[in-house]
Amino acid sequence: MLERVPKKPLRELPEITVASDTRDYLARAARQARDTDDYELLVDIDAHLQEGGFFHEIIELMENDVLKQTAQSMMRPGSLPLINMQPGMSFQSLAGRVPHQSGPQETTEDPTVAGHRFVQIVRRTIDSMGLDYQVIFPTAMLHLGMNPMEEIEVELARAYSRWLVERILPEDKRIIALLYLPFNSPLECEKLVRDYGDKPGIVGFTVCAVRHKPVHHNQYMRLYSMIQETGKPLVFHAGPHWDDPSFAQLNRFISMHALSFVHYNLIHMTNWIINALPERFPKLKVAWVESGLAWVPFLMQRLDHEVMMRQSEAPGLKRLPSDYMREMYYSSQPLERNDLEMLAMTMKKINADTQLMFASDWPHWDFDPPSSITTLPFLSEQAKRNILGLNAARVFNLPVKRLRPRARDVIAAQQERAAQ
Amino acid sequence: MSEIRVCAVSDLGDPGRKVVDVNGQEIGIFRLGEEVFAYLNSCPHLDGPVCQGKILPLALEAVGEDLTSSGRVFSKTQMNVICPWHGFEFDIRTGEHPTNKRIKLRKVKTQVVDGEIFVAPLRPRATPL
Repeated sequence: MLERVPKKPLRELPEITVASDTRDYLARAARQARDTDDYELLVDIDAHLQEGGFFHEIIELMENDVLKQTAQSMMRPGSLPLINMQPGMSFQSLAGRVPHQSGPQETTEDPTVAGHRFVQIVRRTIDSMGLDYQVIFPTAMLHLGMNPMEEIEVELARAYSRWLVERILPEDKRIIALLYLPFNSPLECEKLVRDYGDKPGIVGFTVCAVRHKPVHHNQYMRLYSMIQETGKPLVFHAGPHWDDPSFAQLNRFISMHALSFVHYNLIHMTNWIINALPERFPKLKVAWVESGLAWVPFLMQRLDHEVMMRQSEAPGLKRLPSDYMREMYYSSQPLERNDLEMLAMTMKKINADTQLMFASDWPHWDFDPPSSITTLPFLSEQAKRNILGLNAARVFNLPVKRLRPRARDVIAAQQERAAQ
Repeated sequence: MSEIRVCAVSDLGDPGRKVVDVNGQEIGIFRLGEEVFAYLNSCPHLDGPVCQGKILPLALEAVGEDLTSSGRVFSKTQMNVICPWHGFEFDIRTGEHPTNKRIKLRKVKTQVVDGEIFVAPLRPRATPL
């Protein structure tokens, strides 16, 4: 039967663009969140600040007046002074096909009433995804490890830390963060840990993995001891870097992206294991972020194989590399879900039930919503609860206490917005 | 279930699209020339709002008879809708992913009567990969 006039007017849904509200982008995630509404805790251990809209605030907090003046002289709307990224080589948004990568350009409320613009946007995200906590990382600053001016990494790490601690974290306890360690300057890392490591909302420390620094060098041992003492984790966050000589052979962003993130974590993990750092820092919690999971069983097999033959080159090890790797922590995103049989085996090999932590990577182009975990058919209900929050609570010392609104209330608020 | 009028064909651009909420079911209606297609607004990847994404021609690798590549070019015949969550692309005519044709959008029945587009909503089915 043809119904010429619908019983009620049809609501039209607009095209998703770079200017869309996060709540519109993630409206379907809010509906998916009904599936986890009774979970004890949901934690996203890797989401990102897009510094472009906020970099002037960070620069304002730089301590070195010469570098600060230099940065301010370069400042333009949306620009990233001192950041060693090539703007013309930013292909992440797939030529605009994935618009959220290029944001945020959405409108927000008056900050004197509703809070800092970034805090407002994070609240929209975490409510839509049904999260209690979200760990914030930078984006452009992930490249600073390759900046030839070491003092720039130090200056921006300190300014970013202060911006987080003074301006962002106090506004909402659901937003938490790791200290960015200027790893090319070990003494400055120690100073940063001393100055900011115990501030509210700082739940760990991160090494942005895109750099050519051997993590086993003696100059880092005091830093690792300090971090171990805090009981907070050390997190290696991977990233892309097309300028690495081997990657210069790759002619498309997809190729570089697929290999680059994994590449740096492969190198750092190999150095970490072969030099037996797990034996030297047995209580240090170490996590590996944003390389997916497929690289882990590859490296387990590879290192186990070689260590059996070349024990004299890894004499500090008392167990196989894979034994140590199974005791480390991993973030889920970007979860390789195309072959579920292989993914199930991978999760078994890394003890995902206790070692894997959900990460969204929002707002980046290859983000994963919590449904990337809940829809996996081979995971037990308890494993899903662990991966989506309880494992992170253990690693980041978070209370298992619900902070997020009910999914039905989030959906109702979205429907109300849509009706306006 | 009765078929519900959405709009006139002439209300849509070419290529054009309208995404509507029909009694809680989100449906994307697409126009290519005089043809009309409709799909559920749910990406088979992770349930993203696929029909609200960009519309672009399929990208092709231009390989010559000598098997050398002259780079990428846009198709002159195939238009895709692209999920804004992760970039999964789907042929608007078939609903299929260009690389893995087993991954496809869920089709919604449409008919055009006197220049008016009617759709027959489906029962939604969540089938992420």
